Amino acid sequence: MTDLTQTLARPRARLAGRLKLALCLFAVLAVVPPLAHAAGEPFLIVVATRMMVFAIAALSLDLILGYGAMVSFGHAAYLGLGAYAVAILSRAGIDDLVLQLLAAMAASALFAAVTGAISLRTRGVYFIMITLAFGQMAFFFFVSFSTLGGDDGVALPARSTVLGLPLLEGAQGMFYATLALLVAVFAGLYRLTLSRFGRVLTGTRESALRMQAIGFRPFPYQLTAYVIAGCLCSVAGVLLANQAIYVSPAYMSWHRSGEMIVMLVLGGVGSLTGAMAGALVTIALEEGLARFSDHWRLGFGLVLVAVALFSPGGLSGLLRRLGLVRDAT
Amino acid sequence: MFNLFLLQLLNGAQFGVLLFLVAAGLTLVFGIMDFINLAHGVLYMVGGYVMAMMMGTTGNFWLSLALVLPVTLAVGLVLELLVFRRLYDRSHLDQVLATFGLVLVLSELVRILWGSAPLSVAMPEILSGSVPLAGPMRYPVYRLAVIGVGLGVALSLWFVIARTRVGMLLRAGAANRSMVSALGTDINRLFMLVFAAGAMLAGFAGAIVSPILSVDPGMGDSILILTFVVIVIGGVGSVKGAFCAALLVGIVDTLGRMFGPILLKSLMDPAAAAQAGRTIAPMLVYILMAAVLFWRPAGLFGRAVAR
Repeated sequence: MTDLTQTLARPRARLAGRLKLALCLFAVLAVVPPLAHAAGEPFLIVVATRMMVFAIAALSLDLILGYGAMVSFGHAAYLGLGAYAVAILSRAGIDDLVLQLLAAMAASALFAAVTGAISLRTRGVYFIMITLAFGQMAFFFFVSFSTLGGDDGVALPARSTVLGLPLLEGAQGMFYATLALLVAVFAGLYRLTLSRFGRVLTGTRESALRMQAIGFRPFPYQLTAYVIAGCLCSVAGVLLANQAIYVSPAYMSWHRSGEMIVMLVLGGVGSLTGAMAGALVTIALEEGLARFSDHWRLGFGLVLVAVALFSPGGLSGLLRRLGLVRDAT
Repeated sequence: MFNLFLLQLLNGAQFGVLLFLVAAGLTLVFGIMDFINLAHGVLYMVGGYVMAMMMGTTGNFWLSLALVLPVTLAVGLVLELLVFRRLYDRSHLDQVLATFGLVLVLSELVRILWGSAPLSVAMPEILSGSVPLAGPMRYPVYRLAVIGVGLGVALSLWFVIARTRVGMLLRAGAANRSMVSALGTDINRLFMLVFAAGAMLAGFAGAIVSPILSVDPGMGDSILILTFVVIVIGGVGSVKGAFCAALLVGIVDTLGRMFGPILLKSLMDPAAAAQAGRTIAPMLVYILMAAVLFWRPAGLFGRAVAR
């Protein structure tokens, strides 16, 4: 009997542990700008902003890949849709961040609903490949969109404003806006994965057949998750465009989609904290190795191969094996 | 107009044949081992670079081409032994992580060894001419030779798969891997063979295309994605499907880029047609793939799988 109560209590304790880890992460991030200024390295603020932008993207992918077992190889398309929403709207004279976010999410929801409905007809390798195909379609659409710079991309006149205020102009404003959105996305996904909807999604991941047997049709749940993930990833795209003040189709190349999967697998699939950690580590590795050598991709690639071969479960798996975290799946 | 069509049709077939050479090995790796290999395009690139290097030292096209085969075979074997072998039983995600890492490593190695600038390879004297096509148009002999060689490889692959003992095991392995293993076949040796042969074919494709296109570090990426499209349209694990889909994709892509804008011009005004044509043409093969998967979720020649 005690065994049973322990089994029942464990997930709750595990979740609380993971939440604590995430809160620690946010607290550390919040003090990055003052510390960077104190250390005389303001460049670190920009790097940390990029990390958080990709953390949002990785979180959104984790909802479908980690919780829904839908391996999308075209998730970067939503990054690009968000970025191009900023470019198109600012060209039309609308440079309010809120409006741009809404437009980006609406466009992404539409794209995700249509492509998701088609993609979800397939399974396994075919799902991976059809999402890749839709990602490439979006990529080539913007590559040949010559009024928006085509292949070369387009520089934005300025960063977006928030309710008329130029809050994003400085590196610090950009940083804290990104942090705020990251916390919001994390909180939303944390609630969502614990809700009834999240439970059904996770159940479908474990066994679609059993979920059907107890009366749930997986498709509406999977499609809804797919649409939500697309919307949230476009938020990262809006931020990425603002951070770089530049938009290009390279944001949605298949390399980016692959990199997002890499982030998740590095951090540990199916854990929101792991997704964020994976994004932070990936960008840190890239930036760190790039400072060290022009041929940083060699080292980065070797790290990825080594993790895949010797550390199943990514960072969470490593921490668990080292005994630093209990049950951090 | 008809001449132009014929010319582009031949170009499409030549591109399709090339895609088939790369896709043939990958579709077997996908189908039999259920293994996602993003690094297959890199082997195509390695073939191109080895060809360029050998041409630089020996100056003889045929000798270089003959040397590319054992070199890419060896690269394939080494990769299989060091990396892929350990990943067959893992999830697709671990496979994506490892092979994505390999793409980065091998592309960067190529950049370190040969630089980022494109290299060119001279055509052999005997194939550098052109033959008259209908009317005043002529067609390069080399491209015709590529089509011929590709069809030859396709025929011999068909023979190996349909008529030999190894081919029988391959087909059985694609259908039910554990059963073949239980019947006493060393499935790991079979995997290694398939993998190495696939690597060699991809390297061969990279080598024979090098006189037509230039050899550069990005060549593997661009062909890899199209190869995926070919494999998925044809049905994972089916060499016959890969062949049909490769020709289909090659011809649709080539004709779409040429005739898409012309067709659209009859529907709308020229400026809009030119823009729309440029936009839609590169998307055509992906639209084709999405359409095929919509009606046949396991591809044209794929078996319905319950995974």
